[in-house]
Amino acid sequence: MSWGGWSEFWAMGGKGFYVWGSYAVTLACLALEVYFLRRRSREAKT
Amino acid sequence: MSAAVKWFWFASPQTFFPLAGTIARACWIGAALLAVAGLTVGFFVAPTDAQQGEAYRIIFIHVPAAWMSMFLYVVMAFWAAIGLAFNTRLSSMMASAVAPTGALFTFIALWTGALWGRPTWGAYWVWDARLTSELILLFLYLGFMALQAAIDDPRRADRAGAVLAIVGVVNVPVIYYSVKWWNTLHQGASVSLTRAPSMASTMLTGMLLMALAFWLYSIAASLARVRCIIRERE
Amino acid sequence: MIAAARAIVRRDLLLALRRPGDVGTALLFFVIVASLFPLGIGAEPNLLRAVAPGVIWVAALLSSMLSLSRLFAADHADGTLEQMLLGAAPLGVVVAAKVLAHWLISGLPLVAIAPLIALQYDLPASLYGTLAVSLLLGTPVLSLIGAIGAALTLGLRGGGVLLALLVLPLYVPVLIMGAGGVDMAAAGLSPQGQLQLLAALLVVAAAFAPWAIAAALRISTE
Repeated sequence: MSWGGWSEFWAMGGKGFYVWGSYAVTLACLALEVYFLRRRSREAKT
Repeated sequence: MSAAVKWFWFASPQTFFPLAGTIARACWIGAALLAVAGLTVGFFVAPTDAQQGEAYRIIFIHVPAAWMSMFLYVVMAFWAAIGLAFNTRLSSMMASAVAPTGALFTFIALWTGALWGRPTWGAYWVWDARLTSELILLFLYLGFMALQAAIDDPRRADRAGAVLAIVGVVNVPVIYYSVKWWNTLHQGASVSLTRAPSMASTMLTGMLLMALAFWLYSIAASLARVRCIIRERE
Repeated sequence: MIAAARAIVRRDLLLALRRPGDVGTALLFFVIVASLFPLGIGAEPNLLRAVAPGVIWVAALLSSMLSLSRLFAADHADGTLEQMLLGAAPLGVVVAAKVLAHWLISGLPLVAIAPLIALQYDLPASLYGTLAVSLLLGTPVLSLIGAIGAALTLGLRGGGVLLALLVLPLYVPVLIMGAGGVDMAAAGLSPQGQLQLLAALLVVAAAFAPWAIAAALRISTE
């Protein structure tokens, strides 16, 4: 799969909003879970 | 006799605690590596889809997340049942530890499903059989978590959650097939998210790599959470 | 064993008769909810006729759920429940008897009132039979599944709403088959498939739910 440059990659054939909206929210969810786990671990240690 | 002792050795929360930490660390790393591999395949190897263009690349998250959401529910019910049957604390703790991660993947499946549906079939929510079943699965997860949160006594929470999880897991096939039938009856939009794009093998590879990545992530997150639960309770 | 079951059913029915307000309120709720929908979606006759089976079923479902929290709460409060748990009769039988009484009080009246609602929605009279049978088969399942939730949430704060959250997803197959059967009949097709599935759900629920309810009661009262 060859993208004709980064701008094409981000545009995703016009569907960039949907593709990156999905990936961004997924990443945010997983990051939030890890963050809350760390916080819970710290509080449990006390 | 010694085999039985070995088997139950790690059933004690105290002895399991360090082992969980080690496995979790390995799984975080494994998950990250597999995700990099999966996303590389997904974005730089898999070709553009003939019908759906680039929007289909959401399946590299959507399908693995949906798989995990269903798999984790069964895992959760399994550990809850073991805890109920053998009265082992750690098993029940594992069930409680898995639930939030399962619910999260269910949400991710729903969110990505909606964002995939919009450019492909015109609407964010099409009451497709699989998405509707995922929504009900989310309610099942949240119900389990809410029930455990509402009970102060940990042992009652463990056992009550176990009954609910067992009833839930038995009902999931019934719910799925009734929703599937319901979907065919009310064939409004004749669209189906189950009609995935004809799979190039590279697309399948990408999906499998992401599925493995999510699986290792789930193990790591659940083990980290069970360590918190052990600390909180003991 | 049968004698114990009969005694429990009779006792619960008597208690309910002494407080007709409880029974009446659930029925009234059923009627009110069904009356709300046209106010919300408009009174276009074709629309109402189309949504009638679903609306009646959802209203029946919600009404049946309202009365669930009372299923074990009163006995729990005055110690009768403890007696039942320690008693000679198998807990599964005791529980089945209580659920039967609950259905007689909260479910069966819905079947009787449903034709009135159907009239409000101008549902063709030929469908009344299918509607009645679907409710007759489905409401006991709702009572059985709901009782599991009632037993699990016994004595918890936020009980009623939590009960709803636990039980509504499990109600979905019953709702789909019940309303779907009437929809099939409305379209001129045979509702046999859906009604048979409802009957199957009833048999399975009657066989297995008492175990789950009994287990949940023991867990909730330890």
